[in-house]
Amino acid sequence: MKQGFRQCMAWLHTWSGLLVGWILFAVFLTGTASYFRGEISDWMRPELHAPAAGGEPAILAIETLKRLAPDSPTWFVFPPGERNSELRVVWRNPPGKPTPPGSRGFGNMVLDPATGEPVTARESYGGEFFYRFHFQLHMPPLWGRWVVGFCAMMMLVAIISGVITHRRIFADFFTFRPGKGAGRSWLDAHNALAVLALPYHLMITYTGLITLMLMYMPWGVQAVYKGDRGGFQAEVFGVAPPVRRANQPAPLAPVGPLLEEAMRRWGGPPGRIEVQQPGDASAIIRLTRRDSEQISSNPQTLTFDGVRGTLLGASGEPGAAAATRGVAYGLHLGRFASPLVRALFVLSGLAGTAMVATGLVLWAAKQRHRHARAGRAGFGLRLVEALNLGTIAGLPTAMLGYFWANRLLPLHLADRADWEVYCFFLLWGLAALQALFWPGLRSWATQFAAAALLGLLLPVLNLLTTHRHLGVSLPAGDWAMAGTDLLVAAFGLLLGLLSWRLFRRAGRAPVTRPVRGAGLARAEGA
Amino acid sequence: MQDAPALRHGWRPSWAVGRIDWRRMRSWHWPGVLSRSLAAVLGGYAVAALAATALALWLPTSRAEAVLTGTMLSFALYAGAVLWVFAAASALRAWVGLLLPAALLGALVWLGGGAG
Repeated sequence: MKQGFRQCMAWLHTWSGLLVGWILFAVFLTGTASYFRGEISDWMRPELHAPAAGGEPAILAIETLKRLAPDSPTWFVFPPGERNSELRVVWRNPPGKPTPPGSRGFGNMVLDPATGEPVTARESYGGEFFYRFHFQLHMPPLWGRWVVGFCAMMMLVAIISGVITHRRIFADFFTFRPGKGAGRSWLDAHNALAVLALPYHLMITYTGLITLMLMYMPWGVQAVYKGDRGGFQAEVFGVAPPVRRANQPAPLAPVGPLLEEAMRRWGGPPGRIEVQQPGDASAIIRLTRRDSEQISSNPQTLTFDGVRGTLLGASGEPGAAAATRGVAYGLHLGRFASPLVRALFVLSGLAGTAMVATGLVLWAAKQRHRHARAGRAGFGLRLVEALNLGTIAGLPTAMLGYFWANRLLPLHLADRADWEVYCFFLLWGLAALQALFWPGLRSWATQFAAAALLGLLLPVLNLLTTHRHLGVSLPAGDWAMAGTDLLVAAFGLLLGLLSWRLFRRAGRAPVTRPVRGAGLARAEGA
Repeated sequence: MQDAPALRHGWRPSWAVGRIDWRRMRSWHWPGVLSRSLAAVLGGYAVAALAATALALWLPTSRAEAVLTGTMLSFALYAGAVLWVFAAASALRAWVGLLLPAALLGALVWLGGGAG
């Protein structure tokens, strides 16, 4: 029975991993890129400069909001932080006022941190695109999140069943048999990548589910609070419901002293400033601590009277479960991480991506090995091989192409930000077409080569199209710019090495292909 | 209901036996696999949702804490239910093994007043 149990788990591991593997690969890779969400956004708006000496950005932003959105019931100010130079303001449009479709009733603007004036940077979603994609796949949010949630659940099952299947979990950690046939080396690579970062894989999958748990599992809130989501949030986070407007005009208190108070308590500036009912006697100002200063994502807030500027209250200590959820959420986002920890998170994320990729290739390698004798690849195998090529090689190509689109599209193109995304999908579509019609080792090699060129030449493109190339950004310590250039180029180098190996292998493989749809597995099985 | 295909044929992963016998895999009884998949996805979710609700209603902490604890644990229970479904000796046993805890949890939810 014991042996039987392990066989069942092996079967479950194979199928739960294979069926959603391509989506998991995309989620892992775009999710890993999201660790650089702020840096990528900065890179994609080279017109924005690092904060120059000037007034306090948050105070300037409040002054601008007084002009931009005097009737708004709520303003939000996101001051520039250590890792991004963007000063963003968001405001809720007054009810009853027509708003552009898709804005969900919010206005949104990037300001120059030195002057507080709206800046005219190129339109781009920046790193936000990868971040959104990793949990909603560019689908309608509700659909996308359910699809990703389902895949994350499959991932969790695949991880647990994989660990059960894997008897030699410690020994295999040190086992790598490159060049052995029949997918042996793919299996070793898959095992090593999985075991190496197993705690990370488990953590990132479970905490990912927790970030959207109230959507996936609303039943507890439903039963206990009878669907009163607001009441639940208030009890968990100590966030008071929005204040009601008194309809008595009153000037807003100066924000400067409140920022000093936050500085005194937290030792750092707030990461978010919320003003409710500005210009009214009922106004309140709430400061939220920066999420880079603690692991937990539970907000630490200070709430002030918006007219007198007196402190009304501070968020209390959360309960054990709320603290657990906050830490889980914070671990998933990884914004607390110092550069070294962040580097480990990124490497683990890449290991997870490669684990999914090797798992998919491994399945195809084993099938191909068996089919080699039958002489013809079945539909299932050909489908998996096309999806493997189109996803594992196609997605990095498309992601790097997104960076190129940001620099190459005309600056004043209508819907420019959307066009960048169209370019991403266009490239991905081309990669998928190549995978469908020209499967085989050579296509793997050429796609990785294309991606490698896109990555390696990105610093050159940046040199040709902006004034913030490496020659400028490195001496200036402009890390968002220089770091993105260098990391993308390093990623390109990695893909280049892969491509080089594949070309060499393709050169050794026979040119005439007796079996239609030969994939990576060919050379492995040979 | 059909026996688990994996068990009936003693199928072992290829790295355990060297290679897979595809003809045996072809002869898998798909109704059994379909039934188990439904049990895993839908039945597992139902058990997890009922457990989350029962914990939210019955845990002796503040209600916000109970709701959070139940909801966070539910995904582990879901995964456990899926493993159970595919490890059970037959699809029928898999279903029974889900329905019994579901009934128990359902009773707890009903007693806790969560259903009304």
